[in-house]
Amino acid sequence: MSDAVLNPSVESLPAAAPVAAQASIAQIFLEFLIIGATSFGGVVPYLRGSLVTKRGWINDKEFVEMLSISRSLPGLNATNMAILVGEKLRGALGSIAAIIGICLPGAVLMYVVGIFYRIHGDHVWITAALKGVAAAAVGLILSTVVSMSKKSLTGKFDFVFIALTVIAVNRLHLGVPRTLVAVGLLAILFHRPRKQQKESGAQ
Amino acid sequence: MNQIPALIRVFAYLSTLTVGGGMAAFPELKILTVEVHNWLTFPQLIHIYSVGQMYPGPNMMMIVVIGQWAGGFLGALAVLIAFFGPTAVLAFIVALGWKKLEKWPWRTSIQEGLAPVSIGLLLAGCFTMAKGAIFGVETAAIAVGVLLILLHYKINPALLVLGGAVIGVLSFMPK
Repeated sequence: MSDAVLNPSVESLPAAAPVAAQASIAQIFLEFLIIGATSFGGVVPYLRGSLVTKRGWINDKEFVEMLSISRSLPGLNATNMAILVGEKLRGALGSIAAIIGICLPGAVLMYVVGIFYRIHGDHVWITAALKGVAAAAVGLILSTVVSMSKKSLTGKFDFVFIALTVIAVNRLHLGVPRTLVAVGLLAILFHRPRKQQKESGAQ
Repeated sequence: MNQIPALIRVFAYLSTLTVGGGMAAFPELKILTVEVHNWLTFPQLIHIYSVGQMYPGPNMMMIVVIGQWAGGFLGALAVLIAFFGPTAVLAFIVALGWKKLEKWPWRTSIQEGLAPVSIGLLLAGCFTMAKGAIFGVETAAIAVGVLLILLHYKINPALLVLGGAVIGVLSFMPK
């Protein structure tokens, strides 16, 4: 969930040379497998380092565009990026190779953790450690809330939509789907495309 | 009883809710897996989610644990496909057509409108989790400490979660 390299400055790069997207299915799978196995603390910076810097499969501008698409779709940024990059490099098979590669290491690790936790989860020192881990995870999520707010909000009124969403889910117990549709539609209409001439209404 | 059809239903449904990240689906994940299907307890859910933060790769791999407990190896596989399949297909369709979408004026509206809602869902998920994870001075101090450190220093969050484990052992081990 780290946000270290989320806003790479496009300007600072040399004029984007045409990218030679020469990648075999096996190379795509292997590269995403490596990302899936090494991306401790958040996938996005590792994706950029690997796909843009190391391999040159996509340029920085494409990376930023794909990331912004990944963010506005349902699904995790990491897996949406795998689909988008895989598709660009090798079509449907590229997408499949990329998403399996990026998911495989973490899935195997969590599978092992699940078995271990089921057997040893009630040991005193493990329960104690997990209390600290869970509290730290709450702090981590809050920091993501702050950094996302700094980066992606476009007006002060957006804080009203944040508050409405939290109240709908945590206080009114409307459930995530109804909240998503209701507040989502409201917020999208608020940010509706505006013509040059003045429109009456909000803002 | 065979839980695999239920696992597929639940995780395919949760998949559609992950706007802005996996945590957006957390309140619903808790209701369905803990309260409706009793696949695990709330503390267990919090534990596996948090442990998942120390692992590389996409940060919702903890769903594998739920699938494995409820339905063995096939359960784990079913959960992965159900959770990542629908959004993967959607992303693929968008990938094919996004050049056209670039000029569609509502695209910006959708991005700008969904940004605060996805932040709100993340925060709501965080509050749901905090109800089970924060229960005293020590845990509150750990959460605030991690938040402040991440806001002020560039440090790998996985290390801080690991640090939380160490402080947990020091604070909560019975003397």
